[in-house]
Amino acid sequence: MGPDGGWQNDATPVGPLPVRAGPIPTGSSGSPGSSRAVLGARTGGEGPPVIALRHVTRLYRMGDTDVHALAGVSLVIERGEFVAIMGASGSGKSTMMNVIGCLDVPTSGRYWLDGVDVRNLDESALARIRNRKIGFVFQSFNLIPRTTALANVELPLGYAGVNARERRQRALDALDMVGLTDRTGHVPSEMSGGQQQRVAVARAIVTNPSLILADEPTGNLDTRSSEDIMAIFDQLNRAGRTVVLITHEPDIARHTRRVVRLRDGQVVSDERFDRREAVTG
Amino acid sequence: MNIGNDLRSALRGLSSNKLRSALTVLGIFIGVGAVIIVVAYGNGSSQAVQNRIKALGTNTITILNRGRFGRGPATGGTQSQAATITSQDVANISDPNQAPDVLSVSPVLNTNGTASYSGASDSGVSLTGTTPTYLTAEDYQVQAGSSLTTQNVAHHDQVAVIGQTLVSDLFQVGQNPIGAEVYFGSVRFQVIGVLATKASGTGADPNNIALVPYTTAQDLLTGYTNNFTELIVQARSAGAVNAAEQETADILASANQTSVANLPFTIVNEATLLATSASTSSTFTVLLTVIAAVSLLVGGIGIMNIMLVVVTERTREIGIRKAIGAPRRAILGQFLTEAVLLSLIGGLAGVVVGVIGTHFRIAGVKPVPTTGSVVGAFAVTVAVGVFFGFYPASRAAALRPVDALRYE
Repeated sequence: MGPDGGWQNDATPVGPLPVRAGPIPTGSSGSPGSSRAVLGARTGGEGPPVIALRHVTRLYRMGDTDVHALAGVSLVIERGEFVAIMGASGSGKSTMMNVIGCLDVPTSGRYWLDGVDVRNLDESALARIRNRKIGFVFQSFNLIPRTTALANVELPLGYAGVNARERRQRALDALDMVGLTDRTGHVPSEMSGGQQQRVAVARAIVTNPSLILADEPTGNLDTRSSEDIMAIFDQLNRAGRTVVLITHEPDIARHTRRVVRLRDGQVVSDERFDRREAVTG
Repeated sequence: MNIGNDLRSALRGLSSNKLRSALTVLGIFIGVGAVIIVVAYGNGSSQAVQNRIKALGTNTITILNRGRFGRGPATGGTQSQAATITSQDVANISDPNQAPDVLSVSPVLNTNGTASYSGASDSGVSLTGTTPTYLTAEDYQVQAGSSLTTQNVAHHDQVAVIGQTLVSDLFQVGQNPIGAEVYFGSVRFQVIGVLATKASGTGADPNNIALVPYTTAQDLLTGYTNNFTELIVQARSAGAVNAAEQETADILASANQTSVANLPFTIVNEATLLATSASTSSTFTVLLTVIAAVSLLVGGIGIMNIMLVVVTERTREIGIRKAIGAPRRAILGQFLTEAVLLSLIGGLAGVVVGVIGTHFRIAGVKPVPTTGSVVGAFAVTVAVGVFFGFYPASRAAALRPVDALRYE
C-alpha cells in the first residue's frame, strides 16, 4: 500500500471548496487496517476526508463535440457520512460514480480518496485502491454468474491476497451481516433480486473499505427488497461506515443525511439533514 | 491470484457450455491422437523393415535362375538356349582375383517335397542343396548337432540339417532328431543338425527347410544337373555389397556371352530394395506427422477463436472483477488457464485414444509407440494452449473497467 499517507506530502488542497466550510484536515491518516472487524466502527472526522474532489471535470468526445459530463465538481465527504448524490439522467451522476470509484480518471482537477491522490496512479495501483478502499454495489447486482454467494463474497479478498481460511471466515461474517447465512452455497440464479443485492453488499463490505459506493442499489428491486437493502445501509452507516448512494429516487435519498444534487455536471445543491432519529425510529 | 481459484473458475467457464468446449477440444484431440498413432505406425513399419533386412542375412545378394530365356524384353528372344548357372560360374565368382569383394558363394539347388519320419510327414519342406557357407550367408545358426561340412559336400553324404518347423512337424516333443533317418521323397537322409529358429523375412517360412549337400541333391533329388537354381553371394562387408553385385554380374555376363544389362538372371539385392522402401516409408511418416501436427495448429486456432468469444461473452464479468480490484495479471491468468485447460483436455483425450489406437495392427504393421511422441505431443498441446490463449486473455486483461461494466 505505497500511496497510503500521501495526504500530507503531495495533496493539501487549497483554495475555495464551496461545499465545505472549515480547514482541510491535515491530521495523520488513519490507515485502514485490514484486520479490523467487518463492522468495525469508523468515527467521523478523523483523518483525511474519504472523498475530496476539487474542480473535477470529465470530458467525453461525442463525434465533433465535447461533452462535459462533469464540469468542475468540488466536493468533500468525511468519514462516517451517509450521502446521496442525486440528479436526473444525464446530470453526470454515473460519471461521478466512475470517478469516485476510480473506474475512470478525471480529465482535469484532482481527487483524493482517503488521502491518496489518484491522479498519477497507474492501472495496477488503481486496481489495488478499488480493491482495498472501495466497496461497489451496482444497480444490476453484478455478481459473477454460476458462482456461489460465498465465492462471490470471497472474490475481492482473493485479489487482495488473503489466505483461503481467512477469506472464508470473513466472507461468512459479511454474509451473516446481511442476513444470508443460509444462502452461502447458492448461485445467483437461485436467488431473488433482493438476496443477490445483499450478496453484493456483503462483497462490498468484506474488504473493510473506506467507502461503500452504491449506484442505484435499489433500481432493480421491489419496494420491500429496497427497504431491506436500505436498512442494511442504515445499519452500516450507524456502525461508522461511509456510504455514498447514487440515486434518482427521493425515497431512497431520504435515508441519507446529506443530499448532493447534480445538474449538467455541476453541483447545484448540497443539503444536510439530521435523520438519525427518523431512520432509527 | 492462486492457481486453484483460476482452475475452479476455468472449469466453471468450460462446463457452462459443454458442447462448445467439447467441439473446441476436438481439433487438439484429433491432432494429438493422430501424431501419436502415425509416429507409432511409422516406427513400427521401419522396425519391421529393419527386422526383414536382418532376416535377409548378412550382406548378401541372390542370383536367381528362373529357367527363363533371357531377362525380359531387352534380350528379345535372341537367345536360343536356356541360360544356366554352372559350377564354373561358382568357381569364377569364388576366385578372389576375379571378384575381390565376394566373401563366399553358396550355390543352391532348390526343390520342394515331402519329408517323412515314422508316420509323420511334412509336405511343404524346402529341400535346399547347398554348401556350408550358405548357413553364414543366410544367417542360419545351428542349435544342436553339427553343420554341413565341405567333406559332406565332397563325399555326397546323405545328411541333412533341418529347421524348426520341420522338427516340430516330424518329431514329438522331447524326441531328439539328431541321428534320425528322415525320408525326403524316397531318399533317406540322416539328420546331423538342427537349426535355430530364424526370424521370418520375405516370402516362405525360413524354418521349414532341410539343408543337404548340393552334390547329394544333384545325385538323388533333382536328377543330375550342372545347373543351380540360385546363388547366394556374400560380400566382404556391407559397403562391398554393390561392388560384389557388379563383379558377380560381370562374371555371369561374360560366361553367358552377353552384357550385364541383358543378363538372363535376376539379381536381387534385397537389402537395397528394403532400404529404399524403408526410406520411402519414413518419408511418408514424416509427411503424415506434419499433417497431424497441422491439425494441432488448427485446433489451436479453434481455441483462440472460442476464447475470443468467451472474452466477449464475459466482458461484463471482467468488468465486475476489475471493479472489485482484479489486477491485469489476474484476468490474464484466469483466461490463460481456461485456454490451457481446454487444450490440455484435448491433449489428454488424444493421448488416451492415441495409445489405445497403437494396439491394433494396420496392414500388417505392428505399431510401436514412442514415449517421445506422447510426451512431445502433450508438450506441444500445452504450448498451443498458452500461445493461442495469450491473445484473447491479454485482450480481456486490457479491457477498461468502465467500458467492460457498461457492456451489455
